[in-house]
Amino acid sequence: MGVLDLPEYELTEEENIKVNKIISKYKGEKGVLIPILQNVQETLGFLPLTVQRKVAADLGIPEKDVYGVVTFYSFFTMIPKGKYNIRVCMGTACFVKGAKRIVENISNELGITPGQTTPDRNYSLQINRCLGACGIAPVIVIDDIVYQKVDPDKVIDIINNYSE
Amino acid sequence: MTIRSKGDLEKIKLRNISDNKIDGKNKRYKITVHMGTCGIASGAREIEKAVKQNIKETKSDDIIYATSGCVGFCALEPMLTINDSEGNLITYHSLDSKKVRVIFEKNIGAGKIAKELNPIIKNTKLSEFYDFQESRVLRNRGKINPFKIEDYIANDGYKALLKVLNMNDPDRIIDIVKESGLRGRGGAGFPTGRKWEFCRKAKSSDGIKYVICNGDEGDPGAFMDRNLLESDPNSVLEGIIIAAIAVGACKGYIYVRAEYPLAIETLKNAIKEAKEYGLIGRNILGSNFNFDIEIYQGAGAFVCGEETALLRSIEGKRGMPRPRPPFPANSGLYAKPTLINNVETYANIPQIILKGAKWYNQLGTEGSKGTKIFALTGAVNNVGLVEVPMGIPLRDIIEKVGGGIKGGKKFKAVQLGGPSGGCLPEKLLDVPLDYERVKEAGAIIGSGGMIVLDEDQCMVDIARFFMDFIQDESCGQCTPCRIGTKRMLEILTRITEGEGEEGDIEKLEEMAYMIKEASLCGLGKTAPNPVLSTIRYFRNEYEEHIETKKSCKKLHKKAKKKKVE
Repeated sequence: MGVLDLPEYELTEEENIKVNKIISKYKGEKGVLIPILQNVQETLGFLPLTVQRKVAADLGIPEKDVYGVVTFYSFFTMIPKGKYNIRVCMGTACFVKGAKRIVENISNELGITPGQTTPDRNYSLQINRCLGACGIAPVIVIDDIVYQKVDPDKVIDIINNYSE
Repeated sequence: MTIRSKGDLEKIKLRNISDNKIDGKNKRYKITVHMGTCGIASGAREIEKAVKQNIKETKSDDIIYATSGCVGFCALEPMLTINDSEGNLITYHSLDSKKVRVIFEKNIGAGKIAKELNPIIKNTKLSEFYDFQESRVLRNRGKINPFKIEDYIANDGYKALLKVLNMNDPDRIIDIVKESGLRGRGGAGFPTGRKWEFCRKAKSSDGIKYVICNGDEGDPGAFMDRNLLESDPNSVLEGIIIAAIAVGACKGYIYVRAEYPLAIETLKNAIKEAKEYGLIGRNILGSNFNFDIEIYQGAGAFVCGEETALLRSIEGKRGMPRPRPPFPANSGLYAKPTLINNVETYANIPQIILKGAKWYNQLGTEGSKGTKIFALTGAVNNVGLVEVPMGIPLRDIIEKVGGGIKGGKKFKAVQLGGPSGGCLPEKLLDVPLDYERVKEAGAIIGSGGMIVLDEDQCMVDIARFFMDFIQDESCGQCTPCRIGTKRMLEILTRITEGEGEEGDIEKLEEMAYMIKEASLCGLGKTAPNPVLSTIRYFRNEYEEHIETKKSCKKLHKKAKKKKVE
């Protein structure tokens, strides 16, 4: 399923207020599009098209500019994240210590490829650019917890701790 | 309190020194738990808890407890250091709560070093990691609390800023930086003083100029900037403020990758504290110089490390590079003259100002002065962040600082400079660390990633890894880079999957040439380097893949088996 096939997302009233607050905090200053999108994504977990249109309208800029920025930077996502967000670092140090196998094993276990979320919305899997924790490679991050020196063959044990 | 004079700085310094004094009576020890990103990931928070609990149980108040950034020996986290009244430093590593207990019984309780824990003390195998290093930029690592500006001030922090303001002669500052021979530490190695001079001379219609600190450390396998920002953020800030005075800028931005949450938190706090002391803001240190600074968080795009792309990103646009000239020094952020330097470059500045250009350029080679920080990772025993004098041979870093190859395996190559760099084989390990010499050898010093590869590593697969990275990060605006890297990746993938064909190597070389010549920015111009350097030194590995039609898995499995027989 491509991003444009996703069902139109309706903001709840509460979400709408939050998004408005973020936009008005920055509006009028220079170079605020990226900080606004970062804040909105932190609040909603993703950046659906509805929100992008809203940001464009409120800032008075073309929708294509907002969409262009969202699709350019890897931190922005239009797909909702799972309850647990698994990020596998794919820096060089992690790569030479087996990060590729870590991704393969997680993909097989969860039945999703990097960039996807499981249908039950429990897990999402991402490949991360180098986290700079090369001294303790290979590294995975689940939500905000960093797991170090991960054994590719035992990574599923870590994932299983996040079952509920 | 606002700092206005040398006396004010001195007062803070003396108070801080007396607060941290270990006299052997009232205060017997200082215990510092090292809490960088790697330390915390390895359990430093639990160690902190255990240490605090143990201090409580001693029922006395003769122990000073502190935290700091990391000490650079990443492979041995979590760690803590004990200072005693005789000036000894004892660093315990690979800790857990049991070991903390032992440390308290032996070292704190009985006053004896807990030797069974194999601590890092002078003249031990582990201390060799530090013996060959030269800590200039990293001099405060592990010693100061990065969340306490007073700790930085106590180590001569902000003295250089005061000196510069008293000098009141921007041209003189630029001369000192030029004389020092400092070159940009972000990778390109452009002489810093000259860059400053261009920006100083540039005219701005309304007088507005910007300084920017490039902390978009995107090279996979590099973490120098993260570490500096986490362990000594004020040294970077001081360097930026001095640069602003030199070029005449009133506003600064620090662009930090979103992947570095702790660095951002540390930096935010440092800026807040510096503002409270009047080191940033209006009338800095009682002068008529005004300067404000902001953190700008990246959103995950490798190409934003390129300076013109970084500028566009701060302007809120897609981070796509533009042709130069005009250079940012003349037309940068919002078309104003803009100085852009890397984190490590700025961190070098305060000491150059304080100790002088001559002191600085004593170390190094003819064209490459001072020290350079490297993130030494991969197949070496001592993985960590190291600072070494320019000019030393690569072999010394790998064998002496790095302690040789892990598990008794054979060295195969060292990868320098990330996706823009190259892999050097054993026979070139005596090349000295010098911008030009390393380039001649087929790699670059780059920003400081140094990944050591052992005999198990397939060099074609390494080339494919970097091409995969670059292809993914290409911004897509120019055809050679967008399509060229894709085609090169396809060929490399075929070869590693056992489907290489006669003529593939030549095709790779031809495309590499075209991408290098025709791409718009540094990302594209250097993208083929990892492939070219591996073809240059490890052509046989490409040929073996193609001739045997074997994938990495099959080819290297067999090679390993052979050895056993």
